[in-house]
Amino acid sequence: MAAQTMFEKIWDSHVVHEESGQPSIIYIDLHLIHEVTTPQAFDGLRLNGRGVRRPDLTIATVDHNTPTWELDKPVTDEISKKQLDALADNVKDTGITFYDRFSENQGIVHVIGPDLGYTLPGKTVVCGDSHTSTHGALGCLAMGIGTSEVEHVLATQTLRQFKPKTMEVRINGDLPVGVSAKDVILGIIGKIGINGGIGHAIEYTGEAIRSLSMDGRMTVCNMSIEGGARAGMIAPDETTFAYIKERPYAPKGEELEAAIDEWKKLPTDTGAKFDKLVEIDAADLAPFVTWGTNPGMVAKITDRVPDPASFDSPAERESAERALTYMGLEPNTPIEEIKIDRIFLGACTNSRIDDLRAAASVIKGKTVNPNVYAMVVPGSARVKLQAEQEGLDKIFKDAGFDWRVAGCSMCLGMNPDILQPGERCASTSNRNFEGRQGKGGRTHLVSPEMAAAAAIAGHFVDIRNW
Amino acid sequence: MEPFVKVSGVAAPIDRVNIDTDQVIPAIHLKSIERTGYGKFLFSSWRFNADGTPNPDFVLNKPEYQNASIIVAGRNFGCGSSREHAPWALQDYGIRCVIAPSFADIFHNNCYQNGLLPIVLPEEDVRRLMDKLEKDPGTKLNIDLEGLRIWDEDEEIVLEFNVEEFRRYCLLNGLDDIGLTLQNEEAIKAFESKS
Ligand code: SF4
Repeated sequence: MAAQTMFEKIWDSHVVHEESGQPSIIYIDLHLIHEVTTPQAFDGLRLNGRGVRRPDLTIATVDHNTPTWELDKPVTDEISKKQLDALADNVKDTGITFYDRFSENQGIVHVIGPDLGYTLPGKTVVCGDSHTSTHGALGCLAMGIGTSEVEHVLATQTLRQFKPKTMEVRINGDLPVGVSAKDVILGIIGKIGINGGIGHAIEYTGEAIRSLSMDGRMTVCNMSIEGGARAGMIAPDETTFAYIKERPYAPKGEELEAAIDEWKKLPTDTGAKFDKLVEIDAADLAPFVTWGTNPGMVAKITDRVPDPASFDSPAERESAERALTYMGLEPNTPIEEIKIDRIFLGACTNSRIDDLRAAASVIKGKTVNPNVYAMVVPGSARVKLQAEQEGLDKIFKDAGFDWRVAGCSMCLGMNPDILQPGERCASTSNRNFEGRQGKGGRTHLVSPEMAAAAAIAGHFVDIRNW
Repeated sequence: MEPFVKVSGVAAPIDRVNIDTDQVIPAIHLKSIERTGYGKFLFSSWRFNADGTPNPDFVLNKPEYQNASIIVAGRNFGCGSSREHAPWALQDYGIRCVIAPSFADIFHNNCYQNGLLPIVLPEEDVRRLMDKLEKDPGTKLNIDLEGLRIWDEDEEIVLEFNVEEFRRYCLLNGLDDIGLTLQNEEAIKAFESKS
């Protein structure tokens, strides 16, 4: 058989039906659902007299809209409450496993899927959320879908998709000290641009990727969509298998050993061809900070805010000008001199235990700058609990951080955690679009370490000198 | 789903690249559990000032573009969030077609699921259309999905476009994907029994 990429192996083994000129029908092994993108899908099922085909392959939780204050307080926003209640009603009597606000397994879908052991190598995973690409870090094919497609998966357990092209992003060499997984992906997007991956499934390869922990790999895959890609994936290896061994709902014992033997066949064969290759030298990466209003607008911490006049195309120039006006930044300002009002440590990009440990080690024994309001929102109830068992919450609270309960929170400004107009935030989330964290709010994307250091200093600092 | 055959209507130019779905409809308006009613929030951060009054500079608020049913925009339209509320908001507002040099994948898929036509044209053609719309505000465009042609009312610009044949067939007939897939129920069952 011809040499195949990991993507092709997983795709081919999930094709249910193919007809030329039509999108393929692909079987879905795991469907994660949450409160925001599902009510209309369940309505559609009811209208057409259809049921949920495989409740046993569907997992539901609430994350986007849940308040992150203490759990004993009620949800005061009536419309949010309606949406949360709608999911509970919709999954009732279907047999779908549901982790509600109070469940010990609740959390951001992309944090709980891998952490609980539902996301496994070789699977096809979908969710009505663009950051589903996160799960690809375990060596599976994971794609974000819209609500009509959610309805399609609920009804048929399949998805209709045209086969994406493949792209290899290879990071050669070892990561320099102070350069995190977040910087790797910001560096990649800075290079390929936010539409560089359109129509492609990316596989990340190279020593720098192999050396990352599972949490770090998830950070990289998470932002594949920010490069426009359909999916992001990393071949499973010993790091992956060791991670899976610890997961409560993953296979155990002999079943796991047999599964690992199968998973070892997944990595891309030598000689397999990708449609596109991008190579990056790890030594060229540094801690990055976004200066504009899309994730491709990145600069090294030691750089300055670019001058729009330095861009070649009129469209780029115009969008850089618009971005700087929105962000309230002057061209040529050193990034390190940008002052910060708020810190958001959380979101499915960087709210796992490794992220919290990394940030805690930066701030230990220090105090948040008096001009800054900083908050930590763990990605799931389990991450929160583990952090508390390790005493990380105490480090954060002693430094002056607000310690919250799990959810998407200020990543998308849907619950009460939002920026006020003009407020500037160093955020570990994945999108710095205009108004993403609240109308008029200004977002700079950074790693957890960089966010933590900015909280203390009140402005961006080079973590390599911390 | 409402079939899409021909549309003729005012086209509004939004000359920006990378218009993300957080701009099409900000998250704060995603709390509804309905499929309709999002039109009033379309482009809300650009359409309205902080005090809620309409921003007179935004194209859709200008008198010539009232009742626009077509949008012409820069490349990578619809990037970011997978929220289907973006096509729902466009449609609820009255938009039937978006023309751009490229679209983000998930948004592109979501459009077809809702009978909204995303047309990809080469950068130069989009530029020509944009210039024409800016020169003659309120210009109407005709879009014929059967003949795969776009032309303005003065026939100054006449363009051909392409749409994936399968997508075209579904749009012309207003077919919903689930019904089509369920025609392959046996194949799904066969797949399930072998795994
Ligand atoms: S944390 Fe942010 S990006 Fe992740 S699922 Fe939630 S809203 Fe989406």
